[in-house]
Amino acid sequence: MAALRKLEFDGLIVGGGGAGLRAALELAQSGLQTAVISKVFPTRSHTVSAQGGITCAIASEDPDDDWRWHMYDTVKGSDYIGDQDAIEYMCSEGPQAVFELEHMGLPFSRTESGRIYQRPFGGQSKDYGKGGQAARTCAAADRTGHALLHTLYQANVKSGATFLNEWFAVDLVKNQDGAVAGVIAIEIETGDVVYVASRATVLATGGAGRIYASTTNALMNTGDGVGMALRAGFPVQDIEMWQFHPTGIAGAGVLVTEGCRGEGGYLINKDGERFMERYAPTAKDLAGRDVVARSMIIEILEGRGCGEAGDHVLLKLDHLGETVLNSRLPGILELSRTFAHADPVRQPIPVVPTCHYMMGGIPTQVRGQALTQDEAGQDQAIEGLYAAGEAACVSVHGANRLGGNSLLDLIVFGRAAGLHIEQAVRQGISRREASESDLEAAFARLARWNASSSGESVAALKRELQNCMQASFGVFRTEEHMRKGIETLKGLRERINRAHLPDKSNAFNTARLEALELDNLFEVAYATAIAAEARRESRGAHAREDHQQRDDENWLCHSLYFPDDERVAKRTVNFQPATVPVFEPMERKY
Amino acid sequence: MQVSVYRYDPDVDEAPEMRDMSIELPEGKELMVLDLLERLKEQDPSLSYRRSCREGVCGSDGINMNGLNGLACITPVSQVAKRGKLTLRPLPGLPVIRDLVVDMSQFFDQFEKVRPYLINDQPPPAQERLQSPEERAELDGLYECILCGCCSTACPSFWWNPDKFVGPAGLLQAYRFLADSRDTASAERLRDLEDPFSVFRCRGIMNCVNVCPKGLNPTRAIGKIRGLLVKQGT
Ligand SMILES: Cc1cc2nc3c(=O)[nH]c(=O)nc-3n(C[C@H](O)[C@H](O)[C@H](O)COP(=O)(O)OP(=O)(O)OC[C@H]3O[C@@H](n4cnc5c(N)ncnc54)[C@H](O)[C@@H]3O)c2cc1C
Ligand code: SF4
Ligand code: SF4
Ligand code: FES
Repeated sequence: MAALRKLEFDGLIVGGGGAGLRAALELAQSGLQTAVISKVFPTRSHTVSAQGGITCAIASEDPDDDWRWHMYDTVKGSDYIGDQDAIEYMCSEGPQAVFELEHMGLPFSRTESGRIYQRPFGGQSKDYGKGGQAARTCAAADRTGHALLHTLYQANVKSGATFLNEWFAVDLVKNQDGAVAGVIAIEIETGDVVYVASRATVLATGGAGRIYASTTNALMNTGDGVGMALRAGFPVQDIEMWQFHPTGIAGAGVLVTEGCRGEGGYLINKDGERFMERYAPTAKDLAGRDVVARSMIIEILEGRGCGEAGDHVLLKLDHLGETVLNSRLPGILELSRTFAHADPVRQPIPVVPTCHYMMGGIPTQVRGQALTQDEAGQDQAIEGLYAAGEAACVSVHGANRLGGNSLLDLIVFGRAAGLHIEQAVRQGISRREASESDLEAAFARLARWNASSSGESVAALKRELQNCMQASFGVFRTEEHMRKGIETLKGLRERINRAHLPDKSNAFNTARLEALELDNLFEVAYATAIAAEARRESRGAHAREDHQQRDDENWLCHSLYFPDDERVAKRTVNFQPATVPVFEPMERKY
Repeated sequence: MQVSVYRYDPDVDEAPEMRDMSIELPEGKELMVLDLLERLKEQDPSLSYRRSCREGVCGSDGINMNGLNGLACITPVSQVAKRGKLTLRPLPGLPVIRDLVVDMSQFFDQFEKVRPYLINDQPPPAQERLQSPEERAELDGLYECILCGCCSTACPSFWWNPDKFVGPAGLLQAYRFLADSRDTASAERLRDLEDPFSVFRCRGIMNCVNVCPKGLNPTRAIGKIRGLLVKQGT
């Protein structure tokens, strides 16, 4: 192997979305040598698409609001497999983290008294579920993600982190002690392959919604970080838990925010009936996302869907009036006019549940360090590896994420990872050396694609993978379908390993990136399939027709999928918050 | 349908050329130009362009379609194609890296030059800084910029002086902070802009306004900056 160019940093963050930029800011401000690698220019990261807002008890709309109520809602939303110490940390630290964003300049919408505007979102209640709907989701119109991401990038411009923009991380470099020493990356413009060494590597690579044929996710959401961790032999947690968002625009997949229902919109079937009143008499259209998505599918399956094919339902907004729509949901008006050819001021939007969010990911401690299990089933920290944001599973979302909680997760745990790494570096964690053969192992996959001379095309294999996941691991799951899906995936693995990259150019070679992304999509899809088959119960987003009940006796736990022997282990959920009494599992009713 | 695409791979090609590709369009389904590109890329995986969100919010896929700058992902083919023909080129005026991918460094350098971040010399309060809905409304039409570059690469003044004229996107951004009731650095910001080039090279041609895919109006922002500079000068 030719000698690789090498760069060295104290902290390396793979990912320039909300989580990565928040971690980078913390580290760069502390004066450590910090680098961010991002395969797209940071403001093009998927966080830019987030619409509705960031949920946090800053007590603007309701002066009595309390982070403990938010915690209760989040624990309940997670169907009780969210870790209560992590949720407690997120909900209690949240206000500080949101105020910091405001101080950096985030252009939040405002209330008459000049405070941050908050809107109602699904699953949010007052007084531990007893006080009715809460308005807790802080918003910048319906462009909160855009405002948040640009603000964080602006703050980073000020703080002086090194940005390796349009660099693509290929694989982790793992040394003989099992510690992570950095990554192998491609500088996209030139095709140069570089070893980026670091004392601490943070995977903040976002989600992987592109494993499904129909998704709200950007084209770049291919689960690269999770793929890298799996290839390095590290486990992933609760990866069977995929959120299907109730309101993807039918046909296009593009999301319209839950904020539409927060502002007073509601769903109707072909008879014009507001059907959520039947499924969730109290919260109605603002029940948990898993609940709403399943209700919609049932309406469609029972013949009450809309349109010629009866394959979607409608989201009605016109009754809110043009003024409210223009000021609160301007982006939605644009998207609906462009992608649904429906003007919400007059017509309802055709919507269907669409893959949206990966609740699972790389298991981490509350402060971001990645975890595996030792032989006795005890947590064991992975030296040198951290994760934050959608790629991580800390776990605050458990089996079902509440709207607006992801953006909060990004900034709270991005910041926490930064703080932790700063401390660790100050205490002098040593630089981990990687040998020639460690580097070669990390380089192997790229070398395989570069040497390929014939085989199937990346685009065709990707489509097959996405269709398989859509058919066998969607909103409702059964043993039979999942078994079939797993067989299809096994066949696909062989074929992907022999697939062909025809374009070997070094200049901005996007075909090579798509090939490398296909490997990652596959890793995430396969882990999802095995873990979904293993969890024989229904919980949160994981709904099995052959095991319709939640099974707390056997499955009130995280799943942990180990790639080397394709094994699914169990990991204890944390029920020990530090400052509040534990929230005991209850039946989940909305 | 005939699509003529600007192709250049410095690794392989001596010089750029326009290459024709033909493609069947599905009946009764509206395609965006990005969908078309994705289909062309299946035919020829070496075709290179940037894209990510496919919904007009990330700013990746600014390109030139039949002479007009815009985002491929929210531009219907039917809107730009003329008599069944479509010509796709990279954004004009910037160095081409490959095919439809341009080097945006000059564009981002100008963005960074305006110090695109909030500056406030007071210690922050324990909660948020207050801002009235009216003050916040001053930022509408400014903060939504997605840095796609469509405007600056349609601006003749930027083509001639990309190193000295901040350009419409950068100036929109500059005004975004001048207009923010929470920012205390107006005087310094204006001082940075008062030379003959940074702002004053704008000739008011409005190309920027015509192409902005987010419907923003850099010319108006530039006018406001000029107004502030004049006021400060008196
Ligand atoms: C349409 C939509 C709307 C949403 N709205 C909301 C909302 O209103 N509220 C809310 O809380 N949540 C919302 N979410 C969820 C939330 O936006 C995401 O979970 C979150 O933005 C993920 O952020 P992240 O920082 O983890 O990753 P991302 O923002 O996806 O960033 C990933 C980063 O990793 C980089 N990267 C990835 N792979 C590589 C690689 N191989 N090499 C180098 N770099 C790499 C990318 O370049 C990018 O910079 C929404 C999601 C969608 C799809
Ligand atoms: S109005 Fe000014 S900034 Fe806009 S295109 Fe014309 S010269 Fe350029
Ligand atoms: S002002 Fe408009 S055209 Fe210019 S960069 Fe911003 S969004 Fe793009
Ligand atoms: S792909 Fe994001 S703006 Fe077009």
